[in-house]
Amino acid sequence: MPIISTSGLSRTFRTRHGEVTAVRGIDLTVRPGEILGFLGPNGAGKSTTLRMLSTLLPPTGGAATVVGHDLLRDPAGVRRKIGYVAQSGGVDPQETVRSELVLQGRLHGMSRTEATARAAELARDLDLTELLDRGSTALSGGQRRRLDIALGLTHRPALLFLDEPTTGLDPGSRTALWTLVRRLRDEHGTTVVLTTHYLDEADALADRLVIIDKGVVAAEGTPAALKAEHAADTLQDAFLAVTGRTPAPVEHAPVAV
Amino acid sequence: MLLHDTAVLFGRYARQTLRSPFQIFFGTLMPLLYLFFFGPLLTGLPLGREGDSWQVLVPGLLLQLGLFGASFAGFAVIMEKNWGVLERLQVTPVSRLALLLGRVLRDAALFVFQAVLLVLAALAMGLRAPLAGILIGFGFVALLTFSLAALSYVLALRLPSPQEFGPAVNTLAMPSMLLSGLMLPMALAPGWLDVLSRFMPFRYLVDAVRDAYVGHYATPTMFYGVLVALGLTALAVTVGTRTFRRAGA
Ligand SMILES: Nc1ncnc2c1ncn2[C@@H]1O[C@H](COP(=O)(O)OP(=O)(O)OP(=O)(O)O)[C@@H](O)[C@H]1O
Ligand SMILES: [Mg+2]
Repeated sequence: MPIISTSGLSRTFRTRHGEVTAVRGIDLTVRPGEILGFLGPNGAGKSTTLRMLSTLLPPTGGAATVVGHDLLRDPAGVRRKIGYVAQSGGVDPQETVRSELVLQGRLHGMSRTEATARAAELARDLDLTELLDRGSTALSGGQRRRLDIALGLTHRPALLFLDEPTTGLDPGSRTALWTLVRRLRDEHGTTVVLTTHYLDEADALADRLVIIDKGVVAAEGTPAALKAEHAADTLQDAFLAVTGRTPAPVEHAPVAV
Repeated sequence: MLLHDTAVLFGRYARQTLRSPFQIFFGTLMPLLYLFFFGPLLTGLPLGREGDSWQVLVPGLLLQLGLFGASFAGFAVIMEKNWGVLERLQVTPVSRLALLLGRVLRDAALFVFQAVLLVLAALAMGLRAPLAGILIGFGFVALLTFSLAALSYVLALRLPSPQEFGPAVNTLAMPSMLLSGLMLPMALAPGWLDVLSRFMPFRYLVDAVRDAYVGHYATPTMFYGVLVALGLTALAVTVGTRTFRRAGA
């Protein structure tokens, strides 16, 4: 049974300047234990799709089942099973690393003791132990990103959504995160859906890729299959072929600065 | 579930407040200024109500404290939304009602504490009132601030842009204060103003507290006051829970 299946999932925003259709109908099937990469240009609808699948944003069309629960009829059931790390994070600047981690555990129904123990474990996994008693404003961008990720892992979710988890991470932290994601899958069978703009990351980490463009699935397959299909040497070339942005010819008007 | 979640969130917000003495005391500043510099002007005036001028003014100042304090509570949730904290909480299985109650109970506790400070200062200025009446007054402050804070969160989350929140609240709070007879009782008002003020829910609250401050506990005024307070509370919880359920939008 797929862990995510969607049909025609779509979302239109109403703004002052008219309607914006961010997602036009996405059909997607994700198998348990898969690491799925979402690729796509800025504004393609990746975050909007993730926010719908994690119950934060009601779809304006279509349907989805997430970890066995109907997204529209049983959002509470979905929330118990998933972890979600937003593209721009979600840490309160008035709190310390430890209090954020403990709160997260307690909101997932842990006792204070359990939540405290889990906070220490997460800090170890995300290399935050030294920082536990720091205020979150005193973290660097990458350290805060690691805290965001730790918060999403608190309850050992069966399905984890990571929206650009490695943006702003140094190379060491990035490879550490790749290792962590693989370990989550190998040791706990966690399914991970992540978005990224780093194609080397997608190539190295994801079992399967979904390229979203203008709110629809433009291509999907394993990194190797995508490259083969577009006779491309690199994922970068395949991506550009799919999204219709082939490298521009060189001579052009001078750059206006 | 609900109790556990509410307690956890109340604890978090209460600790945040305790870390900020400014936040704890700032709300008492305006009513204290009225108490010190406006209160003495009233001592000899006929105010059209039973009791001395302090028994008329202090209930009004208590509700003023609650009205202005609680109606700006929504600023906090605008911040939380901008930081992404609200979404992070909403994606956990935490009870939606607890997301509202945790904050609102913290707010009510804070404003009742400020009300106690205000009454202590008023006692020093010359207020004399029965203890039961004073306690009933705190009960009204609790219900009023509970409801208003909840409605303030609703407003903050539903306004299309957060910059509109401050002006919107000011536009609502000032006329509410003036039309409810918080500073001077509406007994002094000309007919049209008196009629107008009957459409203001806060008028019934302040009149009830004024009755309590002169020891009348079983009057129609008290009955209407309790009715309005409970009605406001029910409305606030209903609208508030609905808003927190779909605040992702
Ligand atoms: N709340 C909103 N109101 C109006 N339009 C929105 C809203 N959120 C997103 N959009 C629009 O929907 C489209 C998709 O946005 P989304 O954030 O899903 O893109 P994305 O693929 O995550 O892009 P990026 O790689 O830049 O993060 C964009 O055109 C965006 O402007
Ligand atoms: Mg995005």
